[in-house]
Amino acid sequence: MTPVATTAPARNLLKTRELGILLALVLLVLYTTINNSRFLSGQSIRDNLLNTAILAVMATGQAVVVITRNIDLSVGSVLGISAWAVATMMSEHQGLPMIVAIVAGLAVGAVAGLLNGVLVRYGKVPALVVTLGTLYIYRGITYQWAGGSQVNADKLPAHFLNFANDNLLGIPWLVLIALVVVGGATLVMRNYRVGRELYAMGSSPQAAELAGIKVARNLLGAFVLSGALAGLAGVLFAARFGTVDASAGTGYELNVVAAVVVGGVAVFGGSGTVWGAGLGALLLTVISSALAVLDINQFWQQAIVGALIILAICADRLVAVRIARSLRKRDARA
Amino acid sequence: MLKKLGSWDAIIILLTLIVLVVASVTVDNFGTSRNFTFMVLDLMPIILVALPMTFIIITGEIDLSVASILGLTSSLMGWFWNHDLSIQTIIPLCVLIGAVAGMLNGFLITGLGLPSLAVTIGTLALYRGLAFVVLGDSAVADFPFNFTGWVTGTLGGGSIPNVLIPIIAMAVVFGVILHATPVGRALYAIGANAQAAHFSGIRVARTKFWLYVVSGAVSGLVGVLWTLRYSSARADNGAGLELAVVAAVLLGGVSIFGGKGSLPGVLAGVVLLTALQNALRLEDVSGQALNIVTGALLVLSVLLPNIVTTVRGNWQRRRLRQSAAQ
Repeated sequence: MTPVATTAPARNLLKTRELGILLALVLLVLYTTINNSRFLSGQSIRDNLLNTAILAVMATGQAVVVITRNIDLSVGSVLGISAWAVATMMSEHQGLPMIVAIVAGLAVGAVAGLLNGVLVRYGKVPALVVTLGTLYIYRGITYQWAGGSQVNADKLPAHFLNFANDNLLGIPWLVLIALVVVGGATLVMRNYRVGRELYAMGSSPQAAELAGIKVARNLLGAFVLSGALAGLAGVLFAARFGTVDASAGTGYELNVVAAVVVGGVAVFGGSGTVWGAGLGALLLTVISSALAVLDINQFWQQAIVGALIILAICADRLVAVRIARSLRKRDARA
Repeated sequence: MLKKLGSWDAIIILLTLIVLVVASVTVDNFGTSRNFTFMVLDLMPIILVALPMTFIIITGEIDLSVASILGLTSSLMGWFWNHDLSIQTIIPLCVLIGAVAGMLNGFLITGLGLPSLAVTIGTLALYRGLAFVVLGDSAVADFPFNFTGWVTGTLGGGSIPNVLIPIIAMAVVFGVILHATPVGRALYAIGANAQAAHFSGIRVARTKFWLYVVSGAVSGLVGVLWTLRYSSARADNGAGLELAVVAAVLLGGVSIFGGKGSLPGVLAGVVLLTALQNALRLEDVSGQALNIVTGALLVLSVLLPNIVTTVRGNWQRRRLRQSAAQ
């Protein structure tokens, strides 16, 4: 449905976009490993993947929303409210199995996402305004609920805390969940009708509506997905860190948007892939751990992330200009 | 007349006046001159940064990097002070550095044609990161008292805070430019339809570029004032302020799509947010409760006018249909 996906040279260019991130990742890992061979040890890889998992789950939902030419700035606050809700629930009912915690987190997030979607679609309020507003509202509710208190690791059941470190076939649960989320969403966005419709909506909202796409349903779906995944991230956050207060996830929205943009999803929608966003999350995480290993001042991390975002959108612009030029050439020949 | 009364900025100004009157009657200590000084100091950073932000949003763009420029200039101010520069050199230097930071935003947005939302999210991280590179997590505090004292002081020890003078002066200058000069008309024209504005001879790219430079310079100045107010230069100064500023501007009736809004509305939006926060704090309500109010007001500021338009449209259509049937 997207104009870029229909021509062979354009597809190649887009392929190079994700390959570019992979290349950067490989170079970074190589360089760091040459300086300190422990960077490629099992423990270090495991830490990096665990640290990526939460970010990648949130980046998946954000990528889907951004592809429809919207944005969800409330994800950090949704993570906070879900982490608090689930941690409180688990500390009061020690016997609840892990799956209940996950479903509860998904549900809290889905409700928050649904409210965002309804306001965007039926209130006709721009997504930037709605989610900036709910960023405040959801965080405010969490503070009202939690007050100054916090849930500590010793109040949480052991099976809940162990979940962050347990493995299945040698792969940590957290990483497995992230892989399933990123992989599943990539598949749906690439091969299924609803996925192509979401791209079409981002390419041209009016054309999508005229083409008979169920824009309302799809848009609500995208926001519910982003909310639900932020809610899931809240559960993973609580399990991994053990200590939860009302400020959990404050400012995460910036990292999530950064991962998505660095991963090659254009902010005006209609292009980019979910697995690119996942790679973006991995790259950001590896950069911060590489800084520590290379003994570079940790304070450089945020500046590098900023420079990367700008570099990524410059690269996208270059690709877009080249595609436009090749399309024009093709039209001239025809 | 009905349209005038129904406009959002009129409502917000009225709402602000009501909140001010009710709070000074019902909340103890709200109306005291001491509290007035605190309130003016609290609203100073938001109101100053909101002035250029209003211009930028009216042209249909956004600048999310303002708070990071504030943090960067605050950090540099501390670093320069540690390196024995005189405060008279540091202050203009910091404003200049703010302008240069804005220039980079402007170049990326107008020169390379990149989307302002993505660019300024990038520079938000970049400038805040550089602020931490400059000063780390340390703080510089020993600024000369005659400067820090001026910022927190009042005119002749009376009840009018010193900083109110630059605030009013800048608000007047920005207000006159927006509402009484060709430049102001050009900003609305760009926001309403950039292409049409371009074909009517308005230099769209150049205008936007300078808006970002001004926004950077004002953010740099606020970085200086912030540092002097708390007499503490820190890399995390003003973190998150960009959201409060954007919220205040939108609350004041400026459309996020550009082309609509007024400066009096924005000023009322800032005063409303600050007064509410202040009154709630005096009443011992947690500052976090205000977050819910801020967020709800922000969403309502766009939602309510939309609902009114829809209802009015339906009503008119029904009337037309009725008169056609007769």
